[in-house]
Amino acid sequence: MNVAVVVFPGSNCDRDVVKAIKHATGDEAELVWHGETELPGETDLVVLPGGFSYGDYLRCGAMAHTAPIMADVKRHADRGGLVLGICNGFQVLTESKMLPGALLVNRDLAFICRPVEISVERNDTAFTSGYEKGQVITVPIAHYEGRYHLPEDELDLLEKRGQVAFRYSGGNPNGALNDIAGIFNEGGNVLGMMPHPERYSDRAVGGDDGLPMWLSIKRWIERTGA
Amino acid sequence: MRYGAEILVYLKEGVLDTQGKAVAASLTRLGYDDPSVRVGKYIRVEIEASDIDSAKETFDKMCKDLLVNAIVEDYTVKVEELR
Repeated sequence: MNVAVVVFPGSNCDRDVVKAIKHATGDEAELVWHGETELPGETDLVVLPGGFSYGDYLRCGAMAHTAPIMADVKRHADRGGLVLGICNGFQVLTESKMLPGALLVNRDLAFICRPVEISVERNDTAFTSGYEKGQVITVPIAHYEGRYHLPEDELDLLEKRGQVAFRYSGGNPNGALNDIAGIFNEGGNVLGMMPHPERYSDRAVGGDDGLPMWLSIKRWIERTGA
Repeated sequence: MRYGAEILVYLKEGVLDTQGKAVAASLTRLGYDDPSVRVGKYIRVEIEASDIDSAKETFDKMCKDLLVNAIVEDYTVKVEELR
């Protein structure tokens, strides 16, 4: 599969994603500078990595949505292409309106960096077929602004449409509404999540519950050819 | 003509303002009786515009395009003509 990992000024998990994908699937992911106006021609999956894009000034992810590459990332998503935003990447996706909602400062005003348990809400998607529905996996979080928020009526709609991808299980670390740790767009081809699957993709670094995600994506791309 | 704007950005009513709550707790420790606190942002912008109405329109557009996240934030804009 062809993966483009967008590098914003301040991204710091970009190379971790490249390594995780290489380790899990054997594929080489390509780093794409935020100033580019086009994704590489054959891109299957775009990853917006964690970090502090544009220093997180103003709001997390707010300025990244003005980056030149983002117009083509949106086009890619509109065509049904896969987009995965991890942590700061999730914030970029909400600020870009590619996903609903917003990420606010954690309930307890602390930066949290530790493994957490999350439940896999759906396994019929491009990103999660390698898991069991309802499976609880352990993946690390590392964020100060990860409290998912959406106005109540829209939250109901999100739930009804089955757009919740992951929920915190065994304790909500940041106060996110409905324990939400990750969501899909309506088409299911865009996923934003606060936990970092790339950090738990190799047992040598603590755990590999993130690994099935990369394998799910690769399988989906091979099966659908998109 | 040059115009300046004082833009105040704050969390909407009903959105939990954790920073406001922390500040309120500190004020309470100092002996202030049950203060309610909301913490927001002050943004100062200056631009060239033909008249005050078009300046206001531009400032408002800036808020919608980038400065404010309408899902969780509200804002006010105070515009002044500069020399």
